[in-house]
Amino acid sequence: MAYPEKYKYTKEHEWISVEGTAGTVGITDYAQSSLGDIVFVDLPKVGDALEAGKTFGSVESVKAVSDLYSPVSGTVTAINEELKDKPEKINDDANATWLLKLELKDASELDKLLSAEAYEKFVSEETGH
Amino acid sequence: MTSAALPQTLRKTALNATHRAHRAKMVDFGGWDMPVEYSGLVAEHMAVRTGVGLFDVSHMGDIQFRGPGSLAAVQRLCMNDASKLQVGQAHYSAMLDPDGCFVDDVVVHKLSENDYLIVINAGTREKDVQWVRKTVGHMPSIHISDYSDMYTQLAIQGPKAQATLQKLTDTDLSGIKNYWFTWGKVAGLYNVMIARTGYTGEDGFEIYIPSDEPTSGRVWGEVLAAGAEFGILPCGLGARNTLRLEAAMALYGHEISETTNVFEAGLGRYAKLDKGMDFVGREALAAVEAAGGPKRKLVGLEMIERGIGRDGYPVCAVGGEKIGHITSGSPAPFLKKNIALAYVPVQYAGEDEVVAVEIRGQLVKAKVVATPFYKRPKKTA
Repeated sequence: MAYPEKYKYTKEHEWISVEGTAGTVGITDYAQSSLGDIVFVDLPKVGDALEAGKTFGSVESVKAVSDLYSPVSGTVTAINEELKDKPEKINDDANATWLLKLELKDASELDKLLSAEAYEKFVSEETGH
Repeated sequence: MTSAALPQTLRKTALNATHRAHRAKMVDFGGWDMPVEYSGLVAEHMAVRTGVGLFDVSHMGDIQFRGPGSLAAVQRLCMNDASKLQVGQAHYSAMLDPDGCFVDDVVVHKLSENDYLIVINAGTREKDVQWVRKTVGHMPSIHISDYSDMYTQLAIQGPKAQATLQKLTDTDLSGIKNYWFTWGKVAGLYNVMIARTGYTGEDGFEIYIPSDEPTSGRVWGEVLAAGAEFGILPCGLGARNTLRLEAAMALYGHEISETTNVFEAGLGRYAKLDKGMDFVGREALAAVEAAGGPKRKLVGLEMIERGIGRDGYPVCAVGGEKIGHITSGSPAPFLKKNIALAYVPVQYAGEDEVVAVEIRGQLVKAKVVATPFYKRPKKTA
């Protein structure tokens, strides 16, 4: 399965996995595949406040820059420091490679996100196949 | 990220079905549905630097000039001196507007006496053909033909390009010098034009074969099979762009355009002001020269601090004052540096000058470096 069932998804191609009020955020397999070879990830700092639907950083491949959008509002509790030196890990396994962890402000925001099935449908409509 | 459904109006090369069958990622490039990458941009880029890669460049246009007046027409249209070309020789040139700015950059091939082929860019095809007819269509004794759709143009590029192509032809490729061409039998096709040209900064060939789908697909497959032992990869326009950027070769619409003149772009060595023929744009270039040269220059930048300068990003003095902009910028896969070409005022154009690139509101330091960023090793054989 390209998109794990237990994750929630944004139309901007981020995923979030939630346990209690702790969220983990990454980009989808479709996003990494569209970008190609990822060479640079720009992330916020621990303690920064993120707002649902707003940009919090960017990910760059050789050929393109893509803004990152926060699936939910919350406070950053951890950054994946490994990505500074090995951003290509996202290409290797986008589902397992997280960008940041955050403490959710309002769990009801999750209801606005897409299920794995709905996201897969969205992607297939966007790409036209 | 957005990727819209394919509009009906996009043009396709004869290899479109082949690209799609091989699951290449396709993009709209100048109105053409072209592969941007196959296996991955970095792998393709490295294949060309260290082995061999194959590109479909059939979207490029081809205009032929024949007849006793053909040399005069080419001389009027293009800034380089085509009278110096021998049969079987090609050179880089450009069509300029009266301001000395670029209508397009081209490669002129002398096929025989009174017979020239000019290879033009895909995105400017219609504009170029109109410009040619308007500018020299009235001149005597010439016949101008747009043969853009007649050829499938394949670029075989890399240190193993010769060894790859040699397996498909009896023509001795080692006898073709850089920017020369000949005709030979390739993959069973007679009289194929084989040119030692390219747009990667690497040794390589471009071949021009008939543009029907079965022939194009067959030759594409035969080149890939011939290069298999050298690790050949089919390559997309993404790698083509990073390869030409490392080699600091200009791309129309980026480094050169209708608002950049020849001297600014650093291409003055191809403008032969004294060739004895008043080409379009000559007067404007002579005026720039008389005024002491251009006020701004295209320079190479290498990022010093963490960040990637991209096309269109502002270039600033270290203090923050905006002084120019990046025309092409990217991570360089072979050099493993973040590089860019940028226009800056001449007083900032000296090597090692430190400037700043504005990346999403942040000033990130870069320095001016010599170009090309990458130069291929001299041949030992």
